Amino acid sequence: MRIRSNAIVMTIYLLFLLVPIYWLVNMSLKTNTEITSSFTLWPQNLTFRNYMVILTDPSWYMGYVNSLIYVVLNTVISITVALPAAYAFSRYSFMGDKHLFFWLLTNRMAPPAVFALPFFQLYSAMNLIDTHIAVALAHCLFNVPLAVWILEGFMRGVPKEIDETAYIDGYSFPTFFVKIFMPLIASGIGVAAFFCFMFSWVELLLSRTLTTTFAKPIAATMTRTVSASGMDWGVLAAAGVLTIVPGALVIYFVRNYIAKGFALGRV
Amino acid sequence: MEKTQNNKAWLLVLPVLVLVAFSAVLPLMTVVNYAFNDTFGNNQFFWTGIEWFDDMIHSERLRAALGRQVMFSLIILAIEVPLGIFIALNMPKKGFWASLCLVLMALPLLIPFNVVGTIWQIFGRVDIGLLGRALQGMGIDYNYTNDPLDAWITVIVMDVWHWTSLVALLAYAGLQSIPQAYYQAARIDQATRWSVFRYIELPKMKGVLLIAILLRFMDSFMIYTEPFVVTGGGPGNSTTFLSIDLAKMATGQFDLGPAAAFSIMYFLVILLISWVFYTVMTNLDREEAR
Repeated sequence: MRIRSNAIVMTIYLLFLLVPIYWLVNMSLKTNTEITSSFTLWPQNLTFRNYMVILTDPSWYMGYVNSLIYVVLNTVISITVALPAAYAFSRYSFMGDKHLFFWLLTNRMAPPAVFALPFFQLYSAMNLIDTHIAVALAHCLFNVPLAVWILEGFMRGVPKEIDETAYIDGYSFPTFFVKIFMPLIASGIGVAAFFCFMFSWVELLLSRTLTTTFAKPIAATMTRTVSASGMDWGVLAAAGVLTIVPGALVIYFVRNYIAKGFALGRV
Repeated sequence: MEKTQNNKAWLLVLPVLVLVAFSAVLPLMTVVNYAFNDTFGNNQFFWTGIEWFDDMIHSERLRAALGRQVMFSLIILAIEVPLGIFIALNMPKKGFWASLCLVLMALPLLIPFNVVGTIWQIFGRVDIGLLGRALQGMGIDYNYTNDPLDAWITVIVMDVWHWTSLVALLAYAGLQSIPQAYYQAARIDQATRWSVFRYIELPKMKGVLLIAILLRFMDSFMIYTEPFVVTGGGPGNSTTFLSIDLAKMATGQFDLGPAAAFSIMYFLVILLISWVFYTVMTNLDREEAR
């Protein structure tokens, strides 16, 4: 009896989660006339026209390309600088370490709205507006602290004796770090990269502020189309579905670590 | 773990320091600069002292937005935390179903914020949305674009949909760390379901729940994109939360001085809450280490 009630609760909750997503997928497979004129629970005339529009029109699919470029750039930068820092935090105590760690956290918690305008002016002054690197750097604001915290959480789990043994065996710090230490925390690096990727992918406010045409992310392309060209509901829904895909593809691999990632490496 | 005292570790932290200083300290200094100056263009600035702060503190608009913001965050916490714990208690413990639940539950967390908004904007519409249509069919007068209460309910349900899984996943991770022996001991003592929850599960979840509560508080406190897409802050100003108001002021009207003063106060609140978060968390870490 007990298992039954668990299953019912979970089914209701999962339905609550999935029905809105289903509705989006459903709409993306309908024609616009079907969406506005009749009310159907599943597509009567199945069409892939909406997806074709996105995949053949450069102003649409370049949005995805732009997003992917800055997201990957950001992930690489964040992980590269966060690795040594997380190692330092997990292994050494040094002057001001606690304050520094706290200061990093405040950046994860800072509202992007506070930074939107100054970012715009800073990057304008450096002629970086509308470039991928500008968005990638801006997203470092919250992704670098996140990566440091997650990686530090994983690195604490590695006993310090391993480091000491390696140094006795004559490894220099860089070779030890790349050859021995990084493979040990490979899952941690994967999780940190996943979270950097995700948070950069889902962010809209900063990426929209810093771009105009050449580096415009898919999220901004979507909002502008909604306001400008009337309502092409089918294409909007299809674009939405396509933004869910990257997350849905990799989520299976990180399912057991997802709580640890959201908890900033503290579970 | 005993840490070695070594100030050379600063060298390892240096890249992060430079990068984050570039993307956080420099912009913040710009904000501070604006907050104390007025400008009529041409890059001419006039010192205004604390005038903007004074304006903002006494601004009805800001107070109203703050009131809505606090109310929103509290409602969100009141719904999501108990619901998240409840869901976590009902999740399958292991095997295929556990993996499936984890994957499906994490799905809303990975959707871009504006797409979350779009999903609910469509879902709630009375003409083409399933939810709006169904509610109309049941004879409920529901229209989130006209009625402030409906707009609030939509935004709150959307946030519950979006983030409850985060609380649930964290609580679940906490539950997983409880050894089976604890439950066996409870069974021998003939403990009720409630006392198992109260004296075994809740204390073990304390750490992750604190993180969940604070993350949810912070993130709902700076929510921007989702309500912006769904309601645009309306109808009227009824769903204009702090970040939406700030973005309107800064990039819509270019009221740089007031917006900057607003930003600084906003940031100080965030700083204060982060500090509480950090203190509690490091204390918990220390307790665990003991």
